[in-house]
Amino acid sequence: MTSRPPRNFYVQAFTRDTGMLSRVADSLYWMGRYIERAEHTSRLVNVELQLWLDQSPEVGAGRWRFLLEALRAPATEGPVDPTQLLNTLVFSRTNASSVVSCVAAARENLRHVREQCSTRMWEQMNRLYLHVIEHRPEEEWILKSHDFFLSVMEGAFLFHGITDATMSHGEGWQFIQLGRYVERADTLTTLLETHFQRMTHQFDGPVEGAEYLEWVGLLADCVAQEAYCKAHTAEIRPLRVAEFLLLNPEFPHSIRFSVDRVNAALHLIGDLTKRPGKLPTRIAGRLRAQLSFSQIEEIVAAGIQSYLENVRKECEAIHSAIHEIYFDYSIEAELAS
Amino acid sequence: MTASAVPSRIHFPPSFVNYQVDTAYDEMFSQPGVPREHYRALHQTLLKLPPEELRRSQQAADLAFLHEGITFTVYGAKEGTERIFPNDLLPRIIAAREWAKIERGLTQRLTALNLFLRDIYHEGRILADKVVPRELIYSCKHFRREMRGLNVPRDIYVSICGTDLVRLPDGTFAVLEDNLRVPSGVSYMVANRKVLKRVFPTLFRDYGVWPIDHYPRELLATLRSLAPENTAYPQDPTTVLLTPGVSNSAYFEHTFLAQQMGIELVEGRDLLVHDNLVYMRTTAGLRRVDVIYRRVDDDFLDPLCFRPDSSLGVPGLFNAYRAGNITLANAIGTGVADDKAVYAYVPEIIRYYLNEDAILPNVPTFLMSDPAHRQHVLQNLPTMVVKAVGESGGYGMLIGPHSTAQQREEFRLRIEADPRNYIAQPTLALSCAPCLIDGTVESRHIDLRPYILMGEKVTLVPGGLTRVALRKGSLVVNSSQGGGSKDTWVLREGAIGDDVLEEMREKLAELGPRLASRRPEGPSA
Repeated sequence: MTSRPPRNFYVQAFTRDTGMLSRVADSLYWMGRYIERAEHTSRLVNVELQLWLDQSPEVGAGRWRFLLEALRAPATEGPVDPTQLLNTLVFSRTNASSVVSCVAAARENLRHVREQCSTRMWEQMNRLYLHVIEHRPEEEWILKSHDFFLSVMEGAFLFHGITDATMSHGEGWQFIQLGRYVERADTLTTLLETHFQRMTHQFDGPVEGAEYLEWVGLLADCVAQEAYCKAHTAEIRPLRVAEFLLLNPEFPHSIRFSVDRVNAALHLIGDLTKRPGKLPTRIAGRLRAQLSFSQIEEIVAAGIQSYLENVRKECEAIHSAIHEIYFDYSIEAELAS
Repeated sequence: MTASAVPSRIHFPPSFVNYQVDTAYDEMFSQPGVPREHYRALHQTLLKLPPEELRRSQQAADLAFLHEGITFTVYGAKEGTERIFPNDLLPRIIAAREWAKIERGLTQRLTALNLFLRDIYHEGRILADKVVPRELIYSCKHFRREMRGLNVPRDIYVSICGTDLVRLPDGTFAVLEDNLRVPSGVSYMVANRKVLKRVFPTLFRDYGVWPIDHYPRELLATLRSLAPENTAYPQDPTTVLLTPGVSNSAYFEHTFLAQQMGIELVEGRDLLVHDNLVYMRTTAGLRRVDVIYRRVDDDFLDPLCFRPDSSLGVPGLFNAYRAGNITLANAIGTGVADDKAVYAYVPEIIRYYLNEDAILPNVPTFLMSDPAHRQHVLQNLPTMVVKAVGESGGYGMLIGPHSTAQQREEFRLRIEADPRNYIAQPTLALSCAPCLIDGTVESRHIDLRPYILMGEKVTLVPGGLTRVALRKGSLVVNSSQGGGSKDTWVLREGAIGDDVLEEMREKLAELGPRLASRRPEGPSA
């Protein structure tokens, strides 16, 4: 092989200045988070509605609560009304994590840094936004909602595809990826935590009946049915499911995969801003090492709840560290250095 | 070609029947039916093209604007709607010799105005010599006392200027307004050209038009040439564009220029001042800023110095400016020279500093603070345009011929209460140019805003923004009131009458007999 120029050869050769405006990086990061959250919520609600058709009414009611918890939505008292629930999770503007709020927030973040993105990205974001604000929840609508959720997910995929194809994969792009995967690691962890809290089933051995549906639901929540089947056949073993969603390095909706991406983005950003080895990189590296070298049997033996709780806290710490190092650092400290 | 052998509807020339030639100067026709030399090729093309195709071209252009995102964005409470900036497809053509005069005239004018600004913020010789009345300057609302004795790089106060020119009925260009603060619209000049090149490629090539696409590069070079002496990187000073933010109506232009120049688009909150140095906050730490192309008005630049309620500015910016550590383009306080009452003195200002006569005349202007002028204007209000001196963008105006008796009475009272604040000008018949209205060619009133840059050298990008009053008979070209714009073609020296054009004329001559038979359709009909 011939020798290649070092990575970022051009950046180093032709520009004196490094770093982008903190405000811009902040907006791109949050845009990445919001679009991921919109997609995640759409996917969970959609899976839930599909399962609802298969389940007995009593079990179904229990799952609504689980859904609220898995999405960290405000819990409601008394029996859950599906229309109202959907309104909260999908359409409400008062719930900042509803699908519509997330898409609107993603768009608002992008609008403020419009000159940083390609025209096609902006068009796609706008299209998605106009699409989601048109819909209103009604009784019949729920049964036909599959198309809607699909279109939100596809809108998000298309946005990411356009972004990858039309935007320079420089620092700005890395901040979008960072937001996207920090959000994914965080939401996945919450989903798994909620699930394992509910399913106190023994981990070894296959599951049957109503429980089976719960585990299939979890895989569907992570678009993992097919990938899991490929790896472990259609037989559902909780231990294997936990391993797959937690530690698989190749599957894009596993925690390990997401943390790898966070780590990669942070390393590149560290290089580009000439600030390697800063706090966020350190925390992300630590978490990545944990996930890389853990074994599922050990995790279960020590208690999967506490393991997941630790992962979630590390994700939160990464978020705060990014904020502190790149967006909102102390001016006095910076001037002194 | 069977179609040309058998005359068919396809070759029906677009009707010029609605085209009216009145007392105003007509850019295309020297007399009804006879096009001026530099408009002949366009005229022939228009006669040749069927209306359907013209209409299609206009739609193609509109679509191109929409796709490029060249829009006015109107944001409601929740949802955003976007409107395209109306563009007229037919280019406005300026002959080489006419442009040469405009270029000399604007260079002269801007040179004198910069000398004037330096003078009034330093010794005030022109005031002491009573060429311009002292009270006129000190009573101007855009006079910034804070600028007294402050030196700006190269003594250039106005480095980016967009002067409004109009063409009078006798064909001379006159200055209507000097926009010396934060002139806008240049992005539309660049965008119009881009779209028109796509729609009329052959015509464009054959005409020999000066390119304008290098405007952003020239702007950047101008800004850099004004960097403070103590910049850390004299070869490559850090330049930024300061925008009031996404809700500003010219935000599209700010993003466009920043992108084209390859500089950061910053908001006030991205900047901070420490030890009289200006920094921007980046992910790699604080980076020193040398030059700010600011699109924020004086009043909002620094809450510590000007309006304390401004959140668009940077606290401490003025101190850094005073210390000579940052360049602002344009400088603070330039508004005093485009005050509409000071405008009336510009010919004398040019004579005072340069010992020359103004190349481009002013429009006759009556100062309301002068009793004789005032009396004359108040007696003739229905034929006058009255303007408040400190305003721009068509605000605070009375257009006599289109006013009601009540409005005139209101202005009479206002003028008498505060004469210093008003000037009047006779209603001007702005020149007319052919415009494409619904597939046919009609005449509409236009003006011209060329953009002048002054740094190490003076640069005029050959072209400008031609604004059009798209409403029939209207004299108001502002975009908020039914105005649009069209591309402006400045022809190269000798372009008219040179080989390419001769060739084209020969080609057109072949079509001659057929066109001649259609002549009665022309404007003489």
